[in-house]
Amino acid sequence: MSKRTLYDKVWAKHKVATLPTGHDQLFIGLQYVHEVTSPPAFAGLREKGTKISYPERTFATVDHVIPTDDTSRPFKDKQAELMLSTLEKNVKDFDVTFFSPSSGKQGVVHIIGPEMGLTQPGMTIVCGDSHTCTHGAFGSLAFGIGTSEVQMVMETQTLAMKPFKVRQVNVKGPLKKGVCAKDIILKIIQLLGVKGGLGYAYEFTGTTIENLSMEDRLTICNMSIEAGARIGYINPDDTTFEYLRGREYAPKGEAFERAVEYWKSIASDKDAEYDDIVNIDANDIEPMVTWGITPGQVIGINENMPLINDLPEEDIKSAKEAYAYMKLEEGSPIKGVPVDVVFIGACTNGKLSDLKAAAEILDGKKVSKNIRLLVVPGSMKVKAEAEAEGLDRIFKAAGAEWREAGCSMCLAMNPDKLEGDQISASTSNRNFIGRQGSPSGRTLLLGPAMAAAAAVKGSIADAREFLA
Amino acid sequence: MFEEKIKSIKGSAIPLKGDDIDTDQIVPARFLKEITFEKMGEYLFCDARIDDKGNHKSHPLNDKKYEEASFLIVGKNFGCGSSREHAPQAVKRYGIKAIIGESFAEIFAGNCKSLGVPTITVTKEEVDMLLKHTENHPETIYMLDLDNKVLKFSFNSISIQVPEEFRIAFIDGTWNATALLAANSDKVKETVSSLPYINNFQ
Repeated sequence: MSKRTLYDKVWAKHKVATLPTGHDQLFIGLQYVHEVTSPPAFAGLREKGTKISYPERTFATVDHVIPTDDTSRPFKDKQAELMLSTLEKNVKDFDVTFFSPSSGKQGVVHIIGPEMGLTQPGMTIVCGDSHTCTHGAFGSLAFGIGTSEVQMVMETQTLAMKPFKVRQVNVKGPLKKGVCAKDIILKIIQLLGVKGGLGYAYEFTGTTIENLSMEDRLTICNMSIEAGARIGYINPDDTTFEYLRGREYAPKGEAFERAVEYWKSIASDKDAEYDDIVNIDANDIEPMVTWGITPGQVIGINENMPLINDLPEEDIKSAKEAYAYMKLEEGSPIKGVPVDVVFIGACTNGKLSDLKAAAEILDGKKVSKNIRLLVVPGSMKVKAEAEAEGLDRIFKAAGAEWREAGCSMCLAMNPDKLEGDQISASTSNRNFIGRQGSPSGRTLLLGPAMAAAAAVKGSIADAREFLA
Repeated sequence: MFEEKIKSIKGSAIPLKGDDIDTDQIVPARFLKEITFEKMGEYLFCDARIDDKGNHKSHPLNDKKYEEASFLIVGKNFGCGSSREHAPQAVKRYGIKAIIGESFAEIFAGNCKSLGVPTITVTKEEVDMLLKHTENHPETIYMLDLDNKVLKFSFNSISIQVPEEFRIAFIDGTWNATALLAANSDKVKETVSSLPYINNFQ
């Protein structure tokens, strides 16, 4: 059993009681709400004639279904319009703060929470969205829940939870040039597997992680769930505190100093005990690209896709299915695989630093013929900041479509979709069958610079060759 | 305010081969744009069952001999991916009362629990055996006994794994935990008053 880790400390502070079932009742400090997973929960409250117990700890936005081209109302897609108008009515009826497009604060829920200073260390945070683990980058325990649980939190501000084990994932040393946070987490998933994290909270630590910016840390924690871990977190430090200082919802003045004391106190102790420890050498990490239909089917840019017969017995079935679906050939290089669409955005890589990394590659270049490049900022704030820096001009000059904020082609619940068996190079987090809106669409996951390089080359390329 | 007590489940099974079957396969995202779960049962495994032209593909859910089954037999890491409750809602509304597999993604299993659908774990060898047995004898009636943690069928009995907290919640009818949680509202207030961030450190 783990002891004196951030997980242990924050869990203990939020534990209300042990339930007759043996579950722990956990207080939830913050609930984020979006339009897709909340309607039946609000309907359930109405049916019971009850209210949200802590509406001031509940914040909503619209991200999944919002179009990223024409956001004028009503939306052309009637279902999307109904989803948003339902949310608008719900937040009004239940006194929930709503970051609407007209507020200028709308965006992907996992991008706006951090950028407004709502997500803070030492909190428990939930949302009806599996990528809620993103917020763990601040040293909070953040995890995705289903709609029934969304309603439970609305009613009681608590959940019945089974405790987690804690695995320390220790990444040490300097990163090679051109290797980014996305590559680190894809490497971790490659090494530990897509179900390696079942039952665990992952603590990402080590000098490599400590040297990352907050935005890069968000990318790491974002894909904890792809590693099977419902929770991923990073101990808060000066990088965290400086990021939060001055943000809209962060404590101000002396209160901020008191907050820093609390935030420091909940970090894992030096002599903390873990259920498991894994060490990874940053020097072993290359720019990564997925070739299959799970994020664990991933290799370095200069590697060949694995031969089926070289794989461990348990991976063979999935690899065969992946090659058949992806129409890729075992043993061939990933570099040079032609793509049709490039998507830069999502809660994984839709932050300002991600767009900068992509713009650095695209500056003064043109997107390859027949390639569609979509650049979708993660929030209205990211969009404004990118435009202030002139990134939009670089993207547009390169031939990209510069869009409004939203989840977009990560899961294609809005009009941004792959068509037929198009293949995309995507900075999102899932390469599942049919994920990007076409039942036969194919996805290669990679980092933002690598995605930009693929757009220029028209095929999977090593972004480092563009950074002479 | 408690729910139905779930001590045992009886019925036939659908064999669903494959590992890492994710929530996008269980219910593709385009069906999430409905504000109720009512029609989710119709969308279960939609892309695997129906082709672009609306024709039925070869899939156990399209196979008459598995109609009206109570159990779904699956491989490892079933339900990985999204937290969308649409996925377990689709399974439940299709008529499935319990899922038996090698392993389950955590959020998916938790969502199933909240809906009163046990996710039962057996070994890989047992999954393979159950898949084969069901394919060869689709008429087999399985009997899941949560009291004694066994699955019985055709003169066989295998022991099953289910998290103890889940098992008790099913047996006691507290699988939707809201009533248990709401009973502790005073203790919640105590916890709240001990958390410095509640008033933003003022």
